Amino acid sequence: MINLIQTISAWAIPVIVVLIPCYGFIKGVKVYDTFVEGAKDGFKTVVNIIPYLVAMMVTINILRASGTLELLIYGVEPILKYFNIPKEIFPLVILRPLSGSGSMAFVNSIFQTHGPDSLLGKMASTIIGSSETTFYVVAVYFGAVGIKDSRYAIPIGLIADVAGFLAGVFICNLVFKSY
Amino acid sequence: MNKIWLGLTVLGIIVGAINGKMEAVSQSILQAAIDSVEILLKLIGPMAFWLGIMKIAEKSGFTNLAAQLVRPLMRYLFPEVPPDHPAMGAMVMNFSANILGLGNSSTPLGIQAMKELQTLNPHPTRATKAMLTFLVINTSSITLLPGTMIGLRIAAGSREPVVIVGTTLFATTISTIAALLVDRVCRLTLKD
Repeated sequence: MINLIQTISAWAIPVIVVLIPCYGFIKGVKVYDTFVEGAKDGFKTVVNIIPYLVAMMVTINILRASGTLELLIYGVEPILKYFNIPKEIFPLVILRPLSGSGSMAFVNSIFQTHGPDSLLGKMASTIIGSSETTFYVVAVYFGAVGIKDSRYAIPIGLIADVAGFLAGVFICNLVFKSY
Repeated sequence: MNKIWLGLTVLGIIVGAINGKMEAVSQSILQAAIDSVEILLKLIGPMAFWLGIMKIAEKSGFTNLAAQLVRPLMRYLFPEVPPDHPAMGAMVMNFSANILGLGNSSTPLGIQAMKELQTLNPHPTRATKAMLTFLVINTSSITLLPGTMIGLRIAAGSREPVVIVGTTLFATTISTIAALLVDRVCRLTLKD
């Protein structure tokens, strides 16, 4: 299993990089010229995203540095007890949509204190794999095309993250608790 | 978006003032601005690379071929996008990258799909239904091979690094279904 997954991860990109240009060549596409033509848009696209990402990142960092996130976590603790959600894992549901590096660092700290093979370690791994940095994705994707009115994108992305979190806690309790 | 952004910012500043953490807050503001450009700077290379590959895929008809394979599903998810539109192929490429757990490579492909969807947008600064559905599937994350996480577990000395693949699959399926259900409901109230 582990070998298969590592093999797929290692081969996926090289295979794509050979497959697509070869297919194009057979179809009579000038592959080099076409590649360069497409790649030129890379810089412009990224520059378009800058203002959107700056706006988002500044707000997120204010929330983190001011202690607002900690306050939020403190506030919901009684609810967690009621639903049998370990309070050590909870910060993840708030960190994950906001910051990829922040949530990875948090998972690492759980690995350090409880071990990667503990129930909490497995839970944290599962949750990370089934959720996204919603705020970053929305800023980057909509920023690239200049969308300012994102409508219900953020609420619905957060609902998905919470659903992934709850499902992760539930399934890990079910599968791993007896170990 | 205006209200959410302003609300969160003001809330953060007020809580910072109460906590007496204004120095940290003011530092974090400028640091965030620097960090965000640093993140994007690193994105330029992969962005250029994948956009180049995508251009070949598009011109040769490879993306259309990929879109054909899952056409019924894509038509159901994105009824307002014409089935032969390049956006369909671009979205399929992005979903594939997500499923394979290619991580950083899925972002350029997703942006490409977003650009294709923008060509169908009658109000260029407002998100369309198709864009929202696409984003929802993306943010609910459909990673089948959580490669980064497995790597992190190995690095932390795990004896069973892949044990989380099954539970992750379960959780990601639940979150995607939940997100799509809410998206379907929201669609009813939206005009394009």
